[in-house]
Amino acid sequence: MSDDTRSMIAIDHSAMSKPAGVRTPKATNSDRVVETISHIILAVWSAIVILPMLWTLFSSFKSSAEIFTSPFGLPGSWNFDNYVSAWVKNNFGQMFLNTVIVVGASLILVMLLGAMCAYVLARFSVPGSRIIYYLMLAGLTFPVFLAIVPLFFVLKNIGLQGTLPGLIITYVAFALPFTVFFLFSFFKSLPYEIQEAAYVDGASEWRTFFQVMLPMAKPGLAAVAILNFLGLWNQFLLPVALNPSKDQWVLSQGMASFSAAAGYQVDYGALFAAVIITILPVLIVYILFQRQLQGSVSQGTSK
Amino acid sequence: MTLSTTDGGPGSATAAVISAKAGRRKPLRLGGRKLTFDFVSFLLVFLILPLAIFLIFVIGPFAQAVYYAMTDWTGFSPDMKFVALDNFVRLFKDPTFLRAMGNNIILAVIVPLVTLTIALIFASMITIGGPSGGQVRGLKGSSFYRIVSFFPYVIPAIVIGILWSMIYTPSGLLNGLLGLIGIDTNNFAWLGDENTAMGASIFVIVWGMVGFYMVLFIAAIKGVPAETYEAARLDGAGRFRTTVSITLPLIRDNVQTAYIYIGIMALDAFVYMAALNPVRNPSTVVMSQYLYSTAFEKFQFGLASAMGVVLAVITLLFAAVVFVVNWATGGRKDGGRA
Repeated sequence: MSDDTRSMIAIDHSAMSKPAGVRTPKATNSDRVVETISHIILAVWSAIVILPMLWTLFSSFKSSAEIFTSPFGLPGSWNFDNYVSAWVKNNFGQMFLNTVIVVGASLILVMLLGAMCAYVLARFSVPGSRIIYYLMLAGLTFPVFLAIVPLFFVLKNIGLQGTLPGLIITYVAFALPFTVFFLFSFFKSLPYEIQEAAYVDGASEWRTFFQVMLPMAKPGLAAVAILNFLGLWNQFLLPVALNPSKDQWVLSQGMASFSAAAGYQVDYGALFAAVIITILPVLIVYILFQRQLQGSVSQGTSK
Repeated sequence: MTLSTTDGGPGSATAAVISAKAGRRKPLRLGGRKLTFDFVSFLLVFLILPLAIFLIFVIGPFAQAVYYAMTDWTGFSPDMKFVALDNFVRLFKDPTFLRAMGNNIILAVIVPLVTLTIALIFASMITIGGPSGGQVRGLKGSSFYRIVSFFPYVIPAIVIGILWSMIYTPSGLLNGLLGLIGIDTNNFAWLGDENTAMGASIFVIVWGMVGFYMVLFIAAIKGVPAETYEAARLDGAGRFRTTVSITLPLIRDNVQTAYIYIGIMALDAFVYMAALNPVRNPSTVVMSQYLYSTAFEKFQFGLASAMGVVLAVITLLFAAVVFVVNWATGGRKDGGRA
């Protein structure tokens, strides 16, 4: 699809959601009733979403005793003791760093490898591309649980089990099919003339990709990168099963250890602080990119 | 499919779209090209490298798991005995596993139904729920609802699980709030009682998922031409009628995709269930939880792999059922939009 058609569609949508102001319709009584009920339902749901979040935020500033004596009030004093305790004593500082390293490295790698693979599959007729397609589909559909036991031993055999590089390569491998699927149709839609012009000008295959095609695919890359960032940051099963040594834990493993200890002398204040530490990065990404994110959700999964 | 339809926007990624697009323009041929260093190195790095990683770390383990499922391997010794289908026989006599399978099926039926129904209702309110006069449009302030409801989707599932297990504890937020509005719950343990544990867990998953599918449906509904809704209104269709008779049939392919996505998620459900309920709790144990404890706590890797195979087969069956139901209820008859 060309850029023109895309902008045409965008115009379509805005025209649809914003009435042209030909006339101001009078709302009937039943309209008002329906509208009020709709607002009430949606507002209740919003409250169900927001309340636990506020509760977590307030609790993260309370002492463990205060959490139980006044669960709903504002914290007596806004101090960061719980954050210090989570960050230092419960080692969430180290886990935060590990998570940034693992997610950052695997995100860069999977975007690069995924884009390259999607480019070749979309723009060259590769023998066996049908088989590759079905293998990728299997990689998307089959439960990770089926692979987890053998994966443990594959990593062990090549000496990467329990190391961050081992975790990174696993993240890359499991994020690859989604990335390739998403970018495949994006590369497919880019005009062929430009690629051919690059060849005529004497550009190598490498140069054509990195200097001509990749920059043109930027919107698609951005969309899939946001989704991959969230998916990798929230990854749970792979690190829990493959990354046992405590000084290499990522954040989700730290959260899991709180859950395993539930009830036995859990420092609840630190737990809530740890929750805030874990979700703060995704919250920032969400607020910054929420428009692109919602757009890419509908692109990547519709039809 | 023509270029000017709203279908197949950049990045839409399913078999139908991809194959439809593939036929549009002949890709450059690999054969007949000079095997220069540039071209060979390009193919090696661009195609073979990613594929090798994918085959070694994803497809390879899947294939190995199917073999291990037919052995009595414990992981400590390199030797394993081939036991054919013994593991599967054993699984289907194991009451805990059967219970886990039943719970998974309950999840796979109820979670998509509840989540997608709520998501569709919310999406309809937001897109076409506005006044019945004038142009078809949604509610005021709808972007606020959209942003808020989508938010849980970006929170790690383990965090959602832990958060809700705190909310559900006898002295937690839920009982406290109920107390405030005058309902004394007597410190009821929502996850501790086997009558409510499953329902409480399902609510948590729905809470986390509704916003995502709502956004998906909003985009789908916006792809339906406004004239269709105006025509329905002229014919006297009310809001409920419009949703059931106009929206649902027109976005049925989106609903199908959504059903498969969320169904696969519900058949796994590991993170939520592991965070909310202990594996020994029979009313909520799911296959993935049981698999994990069999593999990494009891080290019966052969048996655990067999569970993985059963889980994969059920997943594929689920997808097949969704396709068949969509087809049998007329998914192809009206041409669809996809």
